[in-house]
Amino acid sequence: MSHRLPERDKPWMMRTYAGHSTAARSNALYRGNLAKGQTGLSIAFDLPTQTGYDPDHELARGEVGKVGVPVAHKGDMHALLDGIPLDRMNTSMTINATAAWLLALYIVCAEENGIDASVLQGTTQNDIIKEYLSRGTYAFPPGPSMRLIADTVAYTVEHVPKWNPVNICSYHLQEAGATPVQEIAYAMSTAIAVLDEVRPRVGEERMGAVFARISFFVNAGVRFVEEHAKLRAMALLWEQLGRERYGVVDERHVRFRYGVQVNSLGLTESQPENNVQRIVLEALAVTLGRNARARAIQLPAWNEALGLPRPWDQQWSLRIQQVLAYETDLLEYPDLFEGSHVMDALVEELLAGARAEMARVEEHGGAVEAVPYMKAALVESHRERIARIESGEQVLVGVNRFVETEPSPLTEDGGILVVDQAVEAEQVAALGAWRAGRDASAVRHALEELARVAGSPDENVMPATIAAARAGVTTGEWAQCLRDAFGSYRAPTGVGEAAAPPSTEEVVELRDEVARVAEQLGRGFRILVGKPGLDGHSNGAEQIAVRARDAGMEVVYEGIRLTPAQIARSAVDEGVHVIGLSILSGSHRELIPDVLDALRGAGGGEIPVVVGGIIPEADVAPLRAAGVAAVYTPKDFELTRILRDVVALVAERNGIAAAA
Amino acid sequence: MSGGDEARPQGGDGALAAAAALGARLRARDLGAAPAALNLLENRSPARRGEIAALLAEVAPGRLGGEAPAHVVGVTGPPGAGKSTLLSALARLWRKRGRTVGVLAVDPSSKRSGGALLGDRARIDADPADRGLFIRSMAAGERLGGLAPATRAAAQALAAAFDVVVIETVGVGQSETEVAEAADTVAVVVQPGSGDVLQFLKAGIMEVPDVLVVTKADLGTVAQRAVRDLRAALRSLGDGAPVVAVSSIHPVAGIEELAGALDAHRAGLDLAAARTHARRLGALADYVSEHGERGLRALGGRRAAERFLERQDAALEGPALVRALEVRAAERA
Repeated sequence: MSHRLPERDKPWMMRTYAGHSTAARSNALYRGNLAKGQTGLSIAFDLPTQTGYDPDHELARGEVGKVGVPVAHKGDMHALLDGIPLDRMNTSMTINATAAWLLALYIVCAEENGIDASVLQGTTQNDIIKEYLSRGTYAFPPGPSMRLIADTVAYTVEHVPKWNPVNICSYHLQEAGATPVQEIAYAMSTAIAVLDEVRPRVGEERMGAVFARISFFVNAGVRFVEEHAKLRAMALLWEQLGRERYGVVDERHVRFRYGVQVNSLGLTESQPENNVQRIVLEALAVTLGRNARARAIQLPAWNEALGLPRPWDQQWSLRIQQVLAYETDLLEYPDLFEGSHVMDALVEELLAGARAEMARVEEHGGAVEAVPYMKAALVESHRERIARIESGEQVLVGVNRFVETEPSPLTEDGGILVVDQAVEAEQVAALGAWRAGRDASAVRHALEELARVAGSPDENVMPATIAAARAGVTTGEWAQCLRDAFGSYRAPTGVGEAAAPPSTEEVVELRDEVARVAEQLGRGFRILVGKPGLDGHSNGAEQIAVRARDAGMEVVYEGIRLTPAQIARSAVDEGVHVIGLSILSGSHRELIPDVLDALRGAGGGEIPVVVGGIIPEADVAPLRAAGVAAVYTPKDFELTRILRDVVALVAERNGIAAAA
Repeated sequence: MSGGDEARPQGGDGALAAAAALGARLRARDLGAAPAALNLLENRSPARRGEIAALLAEVAPGRLGGEAPAHVVGVTGPPGAGKSTLLSALARLWRKRGRTVGVLAVDPSSKRSGGALLGDRARIDADPADRGLFIRSMAAGERLGGLAPATRAAAQALAAAFDVVVIETVGVGQSETEVAEAADTVAVVVQPGSGDVLQFLKAGIMEVPDVLVVTKADLGTVAQRAVRDLRAALRSLGDGAPVVAVSSIHPVAGIEELAGALDAHRAGLDLAAARTHARRLGALADYVSEHGERGLRALGGRRAAERFLERQDAALEGPALVRALEVRAAERA
């Protein structure tokens, strides 16, 4: 074989995960990105859209237009895609619980522009397992959620054949602390759960076509050699799975196809310019070897740990891809690692580990039944990761080593995008106008039909969903109709099973101090760890909860998606001494003052509140002024030190003198 | 409330009056007094014992004019059996029927650190605006699978204010004995396929509960078989305790039947005798946790202590009984 390709490879598809504020403003952003040489679209939806709430729902407060674009009905979808040629565009939608709905809106939007669904190309993420495990934007219980996924697969295979209905997503598993072995094993186990659910719907003879439409969405961390091996291992496992478990014979059908967003977990708030190097190296992990190269890449921006990236920040990340694809010689060669002993051995090692872990998931009854097991395993892995960083065993440049720094000119003006707080009111008003302007009886009939189909498990929910989209039903109405039919669900938090490891000296010292203060208080030292709003990124809250328990505290942690009123009520009823709130979605400016108000209303106004999350520097002073006792951001990575502050705070508020 | 000045030195008539006022508010069925009452009852500092006694005296049968009318229900079962989802459904039904509900959820604590994760089990779905549903977690402290130190006192206090008081504990086997002492009615919750409960029942390791609940009835035949097996086991023991199959997830089923079975057990109970017995056993447990085995020997052993308690006024509440035991021990010394 020649060591050069006869012809330079075509670059992968380049996207930027983007969307914020309103459909119209996001549309302008997309057009700008496409003009800069981006070759596909990647839509970021806001949390209410992802979890099936309209902008005027109580839980949507503070979240409208924050981490993505709000799409409440087909009118929003039209505005979002205005002027973008859907017959030629390849659109990735990071949407899961409400994937069937957003796909229906996309189909209807195309249809009303005279474009047939059969030519549409793109991807709905549509992977609910990892939502239960890490990201938290689920809406329905596991059984009905798996049905919705299978329904979209069965529908698109027939009617939207170029669509990737499911993007099995291990991305968020790594964000939640998964090791490479866990990332491989849980992704493959999830794929098995989906395929097993689809099989009886489409029949054995269509499984090849179905298998070919399942793609993956992976993560790549900065250990880029091992990360590349991970992708080669996944490709091998996938092919084996297709041939052995599903009897797929066509070589094209068993090809492992994946898109990637590289790691955000490892991006740092301190010396954030270092994130550029990290992103470049992570991009190499998914492009270096031709045999396991990504089909589509989106890179995070250097300032993600600070807040929302601006268009310029995203442009920088797009330019990284373009330099790699167009300036370097990367695409001129066949696979660089064929015959490499090191790479082969790494792959073998990962394969062995992944197969063993897949067997454990199988013993638990498959991915759906094994959610509590996998969740606990991830919390455990993440706990170990944090412990390694705290001890310095795992180096983070600029965080736990080489921390001396010149002031950064990049962050002089804050260095992030701030979403206009007026957006929410705008969206609520626009939604009212939309509801008033549509044919109410058509909406009612569409929802009745949807409810009927939802109650009839053998029918595919897609046709009724598409009809509802056409009739002008809203995102919240569609989801509420299904919530009524399917019931609601709370995913396991995984914290209860987290091991209490042999304690470090710091933890033992903290435990003594907790015991001393508790003795003075007369009862257990109680902390409530709360996640207000729709933000499902619970890793930080979970790690604090586990460490607080290890430090001897009584920890009230009730999982994600709580309203300020629920948090206040729990805090008072549970008699906690302090509250720690975690928000990563940018809704802290609304939700934290709401919690403080609710606390005062519930008679708990004297309970001190500390806040952690992605909190821009400019927001710290207003939060302190509103009554927050302390604010912690990603640069405060030492959990034990944070908890030491919290104990001192409670001691001070209760008139307990410092230890002699 | 959890209070800025909770740790400041207390005592004196002001504090005693405030504690008594809390008890009086509970007696007047002021549900908003529950959090502060629990904060005090959980306080283990010797300086606060007087206040605790003052509070409990206000909710003692003597002050209430009889036993508190609440139904005190113990709900216990192994982890993962579906207790919290079941309680969510039960609480919803009780609230729909206009009954107020106080839940004491007892969670195990870590032996090593003393820390505990509370409310981690799929939390009970509650409307924060509904004052008629109160949920409080308690860390079990040293006593694995049993009650937390303040659970009995908390249940007595809440029973003066709420229509239903639930004590939820984690455990299987012998650990339900403590909850059985504190509750009017005990329901043991198991999921289909947990053969250990069946074995424990047959072997007499586990006392027969008042109601057996099989969760996850949506599993169909597996759940039906579990119900059949448990009924057969109870028959062989000559016991007629009801076995109810429930599904707490959508579509919910069997909850009304379970509520009916709990009510039926309560209706057949000699409440005064049961509550008096519970107070005495609770007092003895509190005495032992304060004075240890040596304190028990000073009373002439557990049986002698129980006989002594049986001779006391039936209306006396926990702290008064503990005092009586302490006086008795001092007399015998």
